[in-house]
Amino acid sequence: MKRLSKLINEQGIRTDGRKIDELRPIKIEVGVLKNADGSAYIEFGKNKIIVAVYGPKEVHPKHMALPDRSVLRCRYHMSPFSVQERKNPAPSRREIEISKVTREALEPALMLDDYPRTAIDVYIEVLQADGGSRCTGIAAASVALADAGINMRDMVAACAAGKVDDTIVLDINDEEDKEGKADMPIAYLPNLNQVSLMQVDGILSKEEYGKCLDTAIEGCKKVYQLQKEALMKKYFGDEVDVGGSE
Amino acid sequence: MQEIKRKYVVPGDLIADGNVRPVSNAVRIGDKIFATRIGIAEVSREGARVIPLSGVYIPKVGDLVIGKIIDHSAMAWEVNIYSCFPGHLPAQDVFGREFSSARDDMTAKFRVGDMIACKIAAFDRSRDPLLTVADKDLGKIAKGEIVRISPTRVPRLIGKRGSMIQTIEQSTKCGIIIGQNGITVVSGPAADGVLLAVKAIKMVEEEAHTANLTQRVKDMLQSETGEKIEQIDQ
Repeated sequence: MKRLSKLINEQGIRTDGRKIDELRPIKIEVGVLKNADGSAYIEFGKNKIIVAVYGPKEVHPKHMALPDRSVLRCRYHMSPFSVQERKNPAPSRREIEISKVTREALEPALMLDDYPRTAIDVYIEVLQADGGSRCTGIAAASVALADAGINMRDMVAACAAGKVDDTIVLDINDEEDKEGKADMPIAYLPNLNQVSLMQVDGILSKEEYGKCLDTAIEGCKKVYQLQKEALMKKYFGDEVDVGGSE
Repeated sequence: MQEIKRKYVVPGDLIADGNVRPVSNAVRIGDKIFATRIGIAEVSREGARVIPLSGVYIPKVGDLVIGKIIDHSAMAWEVNIYSCFPGHLPAQDVFGREFSSARDDMTAKFRVGDMIACKIAAFDRSRDPLLTVADKDLGKIAKGEIVRISPTRVPRLIGKRGSMIQTIEQSTKCGIIIGQNGITVVSGPAADGVLLAVKAIKMVEEEAHTANLTQRVKDMLQSETGEKIEQIDQ
């Protein structure tokens, strides 16, 4: 089916009212789950994702343990009610892939060799999906890992950029993902200036490719500020004192 | 003397530049020092470190911990020390060098489910922590109320030179054992005192990051007991 209306109008405004370099509204909450070692809840536009982190903890089954570092296990899962048609809760091919790329996006930031013979579990549960949920999941997982107190070299911020109607736009939503021409999710370590996830779906020219990457990284930097604010708010609030026997 | 600079940080925040040694919860990448935990960063002459505000307990040699016996083999007990590693308490440590698994009954000393106070005798990357009860005040905990707090709040509960814990102990007339793994045992003659001590410990855990906490705990204890707390010499 061909769309009759354009995804970006003459004023440069997208279908959901955003400008081409504007993120969807983001809300991050830290420590929402009592029983997990670390947790985070994120709303990224219409995406709603909750992340729980357990660990470092003992590895079961024991043969999975690594003698020199911790095992990072990620599960990205979409709830049956997260999309319009009920989704079968069994892990799909797509979810297994996203679990893998999430793990690989987080691994460079974590200091796994500080915790030999242990496991760290990250559960990413998508409550409502709206395009860009892998980036949203990674951003929330990074906050939850920091909340769990696991040693990290850097936070991991994530954001996508893409091509819609021959224009490079930041943070594409579900509609733009389906109708647009390209999609590039990026996970980025802001202080170390390293990219830990890059996938591209669609066709981009060399110039567009570079511009798309730069746009996504700019988006990641904005996401990072929000991640940092959320953590600061949870741990330091307004008044802070440095006390203790140390 | 150089002034100590303090700053609130999240992982990845720059703490120091140049020739500074990362002491704890900090990492050197290139010529920069970054924080690796959420917490309070301090840069002093000794180096840069972060006092973490979250995290699980990682054993350290010499730490006093409180654990629960979960199993025993012919030669050792397995102890849950509420960490990512199980603790091992060898039977020889309890019975002495002449221990014989045929002659001695291990359940006579500790049974599954018993709580014990012990010290970490040895621990490194390649081995699970080895425990010992061969020291003063270590061994089975006969009675008391167990309160679990975050291990990162333990220094705050102890306070500067033990000021916080002394305040709570004196005004509630309870004995409190604090394990570095966040398990605390409160025991005392009166139930009211024990409950009040538990309330104070929970208060310290929840408000650990706030200023002037010792005074507020004192005020709370005073209003509950109606007694004036003597000034503790700092």
